Amino acid sequence: MIEFRKEYFADERDDNLNEIGKPTQRQDMLGHVTGRSPYFDDHLFDGLLHLKCLRSPHHHARIRSVDTSEAERMPGVKKVIRARDVPLNLNTLLSLMDFGLDDEPMLADKKVCYVGEPVVAVVAETERACFDAIAKIRVDYEVLPHVLDVEEAIKPGAPSVNPTYPTNTFLYHEKYDHQKLRFGDVEAALRQADHVVEGRYQMSPIEQAPTETCGAIAAPETNNRFVVYTSTQALFFSLGTAAKMLKVSSNRLHFIGGTVGGGFGGKVDSIHEPMAILGCMLTGKPVRYAWDREEEMQVGAPRGAERWYITDGVMNDGRIIARKFTGYFDSGAYTRLSSYAIIKGTGHLPGPYTIPNVSSDVYCVFTNRTPATAMRGFGITGVDFSIEAHMDKVASKIGMNPIELRILNSYRDGDMKAHRRLAKNTALIECCQVVAEKAKWKIGNEYKAMSSLKGGGGERALIPAHTAIDQKGMVRGSGSSSFGYQPQPYVPSTPTFPSTPAFPSVPAYTPAASSSPAPGASERRPAENAPTPSSTYTPTPSQPATPVEQRPAVNRFSSISGLRRR
Amino acid sequence: MAKKPIQFQLNGSGQAIFAEEGSNLLDVLRRGVGDLSPKYGCGQGTCGTCTVLVNGEPRLSCLTLAETVEGQSVETTAGLAHGPQLHALQHAFMDNFAAQCGYCTPGMLMAAKALLDRNPSPSREEVVEAISGNICRCTGYEPIINAVLAAAQSGGRRYG
Repeated sequence: MIEFRKEYFADERDDNLNEIGKPTQRQDMLGHVTGRSPYFDDHLFDGLLHLKCLRSPHHHARIRSVDTSEAERMPGVKKVIRARDVPLNLNTLLSLMDFGLDDEPMLADKKVCYVGEPVVAVVAETERACFDAIAKIRVDYEVLPHVLDVEEAIKPGAPSVNPTYPTNTFLYHEKYDHQKLRFGDVEAALRQADHVVEGRYQMSPIEQAPTETCGAIAAPETNNRFVVYTSTQALFFSLGTAAKMLKVSSNRLHFIGGTVGGGFGGKVDSIHEPMAILGCMLTGKPVRYAWDREEEMQVGAPRGAERWYITDGVMNDGRIIARKFTGYFDSGAYTRLSSYAIIKGTGHLPGPYTIPNVSSDVYCVFTNRTPATAMRGFGITGVDFSIEAHMDKVASKIGMNPIELRILNSYRDGDMKAHRRLAKNTALIECCQVVAEKAKWKIGNEYKAMSSLKGGGGERALIPAHTAIDQKGMVRGSGSSSFGYQPQPYVPSTPTFPSTPAFPSVPAYTPAASSSPAPGASERRPAENAPTPSSTYTPTPSQPATPVEQRPAVNRFSSISGLRRR
Repeated sequence: MAKKPIQFQLNGSGQAIFAEEGSNLLDVLRRGVGDLSPKYGCGQGTCGTCTVLVNGEPRLSCLTLAETVEGQSVETTAGLAHGPQLHALQHAFMDNFAAQCGYCTPGMLMAAKALLDRNPSPSREEVVEAISGNICRCTGYEPIINAVLAAAQSGGRRYG
């Protein structure tokens, strides 16, 4: 049951809108209830061929040789596709946004990096004929050592999973083996804290498991074009990826999608369309490449596993004055979207709380597991679980009511967040109050009286006067103009540069003397152009706190990676 | 491969087709007859999205040998409406927002129809039991249960 609490933020809402707040029928509902919604597989073609892949039985193995001669002679087989048949057999999904390096083949050539990685594709008259032919393909593998754990994978001497990133970490900003967040001085604050609370949290991969499995049908169209019916959630990703990997102009590709039988993030990887089109190009016939349920569960990219270490510095009155994260995303064998998930997750730290000193190192780690991808809030879900579990741990450690702890530390309108943007439209305090009421969980009257609209901003809107920065994890030998072209892999990041504080002479951190909820007020200075809290806020780029922090004024999305590709 | 002639009633009209021996009813309906309303979800009888009615009883068409419906009566979602007149269940699913991606909907409708045909006034528990073999991965079970109950309460008023 939905319950509207319209007493909150009443002046921020207009109830006299035509559509918002009123039920509206889905435009595709009639198709759904009559069984006529056109999913990708609901298109019939005469002479439709099917495509299935021979998949790696090993976590990690070198491919010594592949013999498809017997498979090619099997009844019903029209084409056996090998890595050499793929026009551009290396891609990364976000290359379309200039983020990251091509690292994943359509069909494995020299080695396989996870169980289920496709090696050979067979196009035949029936799926059964595909499987019969696949059973006749002989692959000589040399099994290699594998690594399945994120922290094992970044130890020196670990098996190198992904040839594009030989040290098993994605490269951020063209120079770091992890994504950094630095706000204030966490180490100094931890020394001043009354309590230091540490925690380790992890979550497993989760398969999206849509009821409709992933797939695509490609068919010849007039004027040398191809029509592609697809289950994709990302039609233009799939279009761009197919055009790139097949080296055809995108205006020769006619993509039809939009009717998705459940996706939840699992249908953005653009795996099926390029393969189906390639099969169609090589046979001249309509080709259907769809996973069955077993393939969907085995090789469908899940939400990746995450492991988080959180260290909080907490005062006796419950104020959290420092929070430090170390995170590991299990990207599996290839990048897909994990690199981006970390950017998104880092922007979310330290959760919906106003904490004056925050630092975070998050690693996108390659392991010999199924590549991970998008799923509902990916990048946020795992760390939010960790943060909230940790809040309970902190409450228990210092003997405080866990909801009061959250209300006390909640961000409020006008507060500065760790990524140097002001919080607005916050409502965590009100959520906590309603939760306490619904759960009949007692909270003190002063906590019942608190509001997201009151007490924020002012000194809480300030960027710390000093932010400790470091060079840990810098990868030498890379540069914005050279990295993408380097024939040699980049130099491993270990040993790292020594971690040196930027300003050793900075005054020691002193916690705020008062017991007011404003955390760490004494060590802040006004941000230039600091906007006034609440309603008049307009986003302005906040200034770096010190000259040391200054970066090139590049704001394009590609600056996330800084990798100029070609 | 040898093909076998099969005759059956599909939504009230006679069908006569040749099917490969050993093929399942789902493939024969979709690729043989061209009725695309039953969906493939798992091919293992676990998700229920391929549910059709055989002589009024819900059946997982992906696990049903096509030749076993020889001479039987098969119903699918494509036959639920009478021309432009929607079935009470279809109206109720629309009114109650009981579909999101829509992929489980044909199976849900068939499972619900089998229930209402034999029990026009089911309890909530009986509705839950009737659709318990059907997975909605969008997890919209509450609206679906409400829709089936609403269809029962309407007494099929808007049916044909």
